[in-house]
Amino acid sequence: MDTGGLDLRAQFRFFMATALGGLMLVACASTSTATPTVPPTTPPAKAKAPPKVIPKGLNSTGLPDSFPSTYAPMPSVMTAIVGATILTAAGDEIQNGTILFDGGKIVAVGANVVVPEGAKRIDGRGKFVTPGIIDIHSHLGVYPSPGVQANSDGNEATDPNTAEVWAEHSIWPQDPGFNRAREGGVTSLLILPGSANLFGGRSITLKNVPSTTQQGMKFPDAPYGLKMACGENPKRVYGSRSRSPATRMGNIAVARRAWVDAAEYNRKWKDYRAKLTAGDDAGDAPKRDLKLETLAGVLNGEILVQNHCYRADEMANMIDMAREFGYRITTFHHSSEAYKLAPRLRQEDICSATWADWQGFKMESLDGIAENAGILQAHGACTIIHSDDATMIQHLNQEAAIAMGAAARAGIPVARTDAIKWITANPARAMGIGARTGSLEVGKMADIVMWDRDPFSSFARTDIVFIDGAITYNRADPATHARSDFDLGRPAPPPEPRP
Amino acid sequence: MRRSLLLSVVALTTLPSLVFAQAVAITNARIETAGPSGSIASGTLVMNNGRIVAVGPNVTVPTGARVIDARGGVVTPGLVLATSSLAISEIEQVPSTREDGAGNKIGAAFDPTAGINPDAPTIALARLNGATRAFLTPVAGRSGGGAHAHDDSAFDTAGGHTENDPTLFAGQSVGITLAAGASDLVFKTNAGMVLEFGESAAQAAGGSRGAALILLKRVLADVRHYAANRAAYDRGDGRELMLGALDLEALVPVVNGRAPLLVRVSSASDIRQVLRLARDERLNVILEGAEEGWRVAREIAAAQVPVIVDSQAALPANFQSLGTTLQNAAILHRAGVSISIMGSRDYNNLRQSRMNAGTAVSYGLPYQAALQAITLNPAKIWGVDRDIGSLEVGKAADVVIWTGEPMEGQSYPSAVFINGVSQPMTSRSTELAARYKPSSDGVPRPAYRN
Repeated sequence: MDTGGLDLRAQFRFFMATALGGLMLVACASTSTATPTVPPTTPPAKAKAPPKVIPKGLNSTGLPDSFPSTYAPMPSVMTAIVGATILTAAGDEIQNGTILFDGGKIVAVGANVVVPEGAKRIDGRGKFVTPGIIDIHSHLGVYPSPGVQANSDGNEATDPNTAEVWAEHSIWPQDPGFNRAREGGVTSLLILPGSANLFGGRSITLKNVPSTTQQGMKFPDAPYGLKMACGENPKRVYGSRSRSPATRMGNIAVARRAWVDAAEYNRKWKDYRAKLTAGDDAGDAPKRDLKLETLAGVLNGEILVQNHCYRADEMANMIDMAREFGYRITTFHHSSEAYKLAPRLRQEDICSATWADWQGFKMESLDGIAENAGILQAHGACTIIHSDDATMIQHLNQEAAIAMGAAARAGIPVARTDAIKWITANPARAMGIGARTGSLEVGKMADIVMWDRDPFSSFARTDIVFIDGAITYNRADPATHARSDFDLGRPAPPPEPRP
Repeated sequence: MRRSLLLSVVALTTLPSLVFAQAVAITNARIETAGPSGSIASGTLVMNNGRIVAVGPNVTVPTGARVIDARGGVVTPGLVLATSSLAISEIEQVPSTREDGAGNKIGAAFDPTAGINPDAPTIALARLNGATRAFLTPVAGRSGGGAHAHDDSAFDTAGGHTENDPTLFAGQSVGITLAAGASDLVFKTNAGMVLEFGESAAQAAGGSRGAALILLKRVLADVRHYAANRAAYDRGDGRELMLGALDLEALVPVVNGRAPLLVRVSSASDIRQVLRLARDERLNVILEGAEEGWRVAREIAAAQVPVIVDSQAALPANFQSLGTTLQNAAILHRAGVSISIMGSRDYNNLRQSRMNAGTAVSYGLPYQAALQAITLNPAKIWGVDRDIGSLEVGKAADVVIWTGEPMEGQSYPSAVFINGVSQPMTSRSTELAARYKPSSDGVPRPAYRN
């Protein structure tokens, strides 16, 4: 078998990596011992044994890239969309504007952009241009279509704390839902584990491109997220098995115990590294623990907390728990009652990701109201419209429109320059990719949607979806209408009649 | 449709204490009648004594009428929810608020009327989204939820056959009004029968569609036999029957073709089976779902069978709907099928019916057909279109004034009338919003106050 050869090569890489790592540690150690300020009264330093090399796979760091992204942008050409209404999600609405992008990046946006010779010109008159839609709450790939048990991979519902599982390892890239979402303008999305557990595991950020592997979709260098859950789901799942947590107080107790363990784990590794750095005898490295490593990543600010939580009172408890252990909550998901806590959420700089008006399907969503997003916006809190649904993700623009309508009815109208951020810039920021995508600003990724009209209309269709400047969906070009492997040999809808 | 409308029994809800107000005239409106008058670019609608008495571009406002200036807004008939669990399913995951199915103890005889909660806050929510009537269609085995019901608890959805396997027939449909303060919401009893075909029926029959079809045919034969030999059964004679007398009795109007049989079905091949069954057994069927209906559109049209579609269905959600397309509604319509458009079953996405109509338009359904798909056509399939579903003189004054285009999410009703009665424009949600939205003076308010 040629896997033997692969193994040998892997072993060689392993050897090189560990050897180099060891050399670097030695180098650090010799630097610190070479300091000239050592007092003469100090006893002569004992000859130190070189620090033990941590074998590959046992080094606990917050951001191990063990399953690295292989995403590469599709081919693109310098392109200008000319004469469109542009919602940049970074400020005003530009009438009769032009956006120019090249090499996958936005080069210019504005009303007076000069289109260089050689750029491909797209007539944007009568069209709207927005950043690509970003969904911060999706289970595409982990709960794919068709929804059969064999592909149901979103909840490792075997323990209230499964911080060691990573959603990316459940993703089925052939989920036809990715393609439907792209046709709805979605260019990036956060795939989360489900909410059966208090700690559901790591989330993963994807570029919404067709690929045979999750690595091929993995958003390069996006921070990991940790899915946490409050409320009914964990206590129902484990309470029904006569184990903790069975109550909301149980939820908090089990979570706090986990944070205590994580803080202890974090301390051990920090001590160990400090000793190495100081050149002291650090002994054996602590044993790597995948569960605690993820939690430690949160404590160290490297992993973002994506917290499923419906009720305002529970969000307040989660905020206090985060303060107790010194971590930050990035986003409350679903957050049906965020409007009750809007000033606090603004003060804490925590985003709320919610639907427009899904409510009442369970007790903790009973007070969900369509005015939620509008009230959050009016208080200046970070507001996000998410889907959590393979169908709604195709219509996040419509979902935002419903929330705008409800806000207007409540007397707190929301401008579309703000509403567009609910489904672009704000989720990008809450996913830790806001500096690179989510708005139409020079230097950012050319993740762009051209719509045939105001995107907040029910009648709106996407004309072209660009990801990193490349056309990944063009309504007028059937060659770009991606079908997953699963769809092959199945009934295919007829081409749409030309309007 | 083959069904005789003459046999439809429409009972308007009557409120003992109801006093119809003076005549009301809505002026300066774009009026979408959903009826023969089509779209009136700018016109007036007058209602009196619960009925529409005038509608058109050049209507004289009667003296003494209360005049509402719509300010260029849009007036439509009240939306008719073609298939829903409104008022019989309040909180999906709280079983004590679920009355939308009979479990597996009783099938065809199940009538959800007794479980209707006229105080359900979801009624006001639906009304504030322009709905004025709803048809309640039970679910077999309380599968519940319906299309796109939010389910973040998918960890308990393992398949397999349990003691809760559904019955073939889910029960009877009833029509309700969403009028505030009505003590009895039902305006149409025994509107039809609900059957779940496909995977659900296969489960009910022990595992396969073939078995389900055999059972169905046998049940229908039993119903006919029972109807012709009631006296014998009253005496305790007669051959053995598959169902009890209650279920058989409930199915008699179905085999007589008097009551429609709503069949939940998805795949093209299952739809063909249902069409064949309907032809052989002379049943008056309505298809619900029909995700692959576009593949057999001509056959459905030839059979003159109406269809209720979820025009957002675009995923191969399961193995009976692998061929889905957002063009479904448009293709069915082009083939000549009468289509209605649904939202999801519970309140949560009832607003979807109007948004879904908009989506269908963007995928090729003509606007007027989309409007009728959420107003007149649902009234037709349940046999109440002589009374509701369009803005025509003589029909019940179920009228909605919208701030803008009704299929747009940003639009909302500024006024809703049911049987000519102006409806309150508040709900639990609007009360919560009023409590928590920023106060106009910037001073925070305590959470608990009146």
